[in-house]
Amino acid sequence: MIGKYRILLPVLSLAVLLAAVFYLQPRAMSYFGLNLLFNLAVPIALATIAQMMIIMVNDIDLSIGTFVSFVACVTATFVNETPLLGAAILLASIMVYAAMGALIHARQLPAIVVTLGMSFVWAGLAVLLLPSPGGASPGWIRTLMTVKPPFVPMAVVACVLIAGFTHILIMRSATGTLLRAVGGNTQAVVRAGWSVIKLKAGAYALAGFFGVLSGMCLVGLTTSADANIALRYTLLSIAGVILGGGEFVGGKVSPVGAVIGALTLSLAGSFLSFMRLSPDWQIGAQGAILILVLAVRLIFARNGSRWKEAKNG
Amino acid sequence: MANPVTSSILQLPKRPWFWAFVASGITFGATYALTEGSGSSELISAALTFATFSAIVGIGQMFVITMGPGNVDLSIPATMTLAGTLSLKFMDGSTALILPGLGIALFVGLAAGMFNYLLIRLLRIPPIIATLSASFLYQSLAIWWNRGLRIKPPEALADFTTGSLAGIPNLTIVGLLIAVASWFILQRSIFGRWLSAVGQNTRAARLSGIPVEAVKAATFIGSAVLASLTGYLLASFSGGAALNMGTEYLLISIAVVVIGGCSIAGGNSNVPGIWGGALLMFLVVSMLNSYGLGAGVRLILTGTIIIAIVAAASGRKGSA
Repeated sequence: MIGKYRILLPVLSLAVLLAAVFYLQPRAMSYFGLNLLFNLAVPIALATIAQMMIIMVNDIDLSIGTFVSFVACVTATFVNETPLLGAAILLASIMVYAAMGALIHARQLPAIVVTLGMSFVWAGLAVLLLPSPGGASPGWIRTLMTVKPPFVPMAVVACVLIAGFTHILIMRSATGTLLRAVGGNTQAVVRAGWSVIKLKAGAYALAGFFGVLSGMCLVGLTTSADANIALRYTLLSIAGVILGGGEFVGGKVSPVGAVIGALTLSLAGSFLSFMRLSPDWQIGAQGAILILVLAVRLIFARNGSRWKEAKNG
Repeated sequence: MANPVTSSILQLPKRPWFWAFVASGITFGATYALTEGSGSSELISAALTFATFSAIVGIGQMFVITMGPGNVDLSIPATMTLAGTLSLKFMDGSTALILPGLGIALFVGLAAGMFNYLLIRLLRIPPIIATLSASFLYQSLAIWWNRGLRIKPPEALADFTTGSLAGIPNLTIVGLLIAVASWFILQRSIFGRWLSAVGQNTRAARLSGIPVEAVKAATFIGSAVLASLTGYLLASFSGGAALNMGTEYLLISIAVVVIGGCSIAGGNSNVPGIWGGALLMFLVVSMLNSYGLGAGVRLILTGTIIIAIVAAASGRKGSA
């Protein structure tokens, strides 16, 4: 799992799963079918990218699911009715994310606890905004999410765009390299004269930004929101990052892999319903698929190290 | 004679668990002042009962967290639900089956803990992701097993879990016994020394001949068994297992460990703090309740208070 081969496994697992879906349900192999399969993957992919930003700096965000739910509630109410105020709220919530990153670094707090605490805060705010499911999607987001580009469905185009943009941002830009360095070796970054607190705040702000995008996309697809709409995103996003070849420590992440990981996970859901698997087992089967991919990854890693040993004699 | 006593009292504020109890006391005082003392004995008894559930899962989580960064058991809620569901379905309200039912619950914990450990060991994946994936499986198993049917616990068991002895809830007695046993294991037994050593420096621990893998296995199994026991007790206490009954205990189990003054980086834990943290978590929620706040505000304040406590607690360690 070194270097450029990191991306190989996520691509393979997505391909295998996609082939299985097409085999079970050939009608899915169409513009409409693909759109249906991947529609809900767009917000999951964005949430996974958000999670990746946090994992990149060696932390973990257990609040992303409630945050996306909160954003969805804001989008379905304020952004819809008073766009300016709505935008201000979303901007403020990104600032809160940045502040959270700064606080975690400044006081050396465990991110897992702070984000768990924040998940209560977001959930509370979401309940205050929308005590019962409701609200409406702003027209322009709805239009954006249901646009029908020629040849390739919107969902696929969106995922490619997300992957491309974040790849340039994280893997190719100077800022991205610095951010990954914080995860790789914080001490070295400090010695080189950078302000780690600013970088961490930046990484968290990016996570907040992609979380906001995720929530807005989600409302565009579902046309309404409720306070629990995206709770499962927390676990899905962590799993997506790992499936995509990311690692919990060391700033080793792959934006393209993360998007593919998110696609794989949401495809797994469709695959299972095509298998006519009882809904009772849907969650369990997602867990099983996750375990399976991790097992395959282990085989890859073993072969990789054996190959390296052989090469080094 | 007086000297060691006074000096140990003066030492109290330096104990990592001290502040959790102080904060619990303040929270209780604030609630007491608001309600002008009415219902304070009910509050204490409710706090002791509900804190028991948090304390038992918290102790399991504490053992796991002691092993160092990345070691967290995220399968606690699912294990609780699975154990509660399976054992209540098995007992089916029959008093004669109470003990076999407990056996089934504990067996679920044992199996879940072994499965968690095997995933970590065989797939070499971080415990967070291993216990997370496993928890999906447990959750599905629980859903499939009883399809959301709510089966009442046997009468005698329900009476035991809701009853009390000399003013102390029975559950609290169970919880305190577990805490004492855990304190002994952590602070006085060779296993506890091994565990702390693993948490402080796994490599050094392995080189000094500590059976690191056995310690890990025992810790994950222990955490799952405690979670399954909590699931069994909670389901009996609340009149039946619900599929979401474990959900809130994910946050609580981690929060009580941190609030209780254990190091999240591992290697340095204490048991009394778990009880302090568990009491505090319940008292905060009930204080906010008695101020008549809505669910939304209550959630926001709970989250803010947790973060504030954690920020304050870690600052204390930094200055010492």
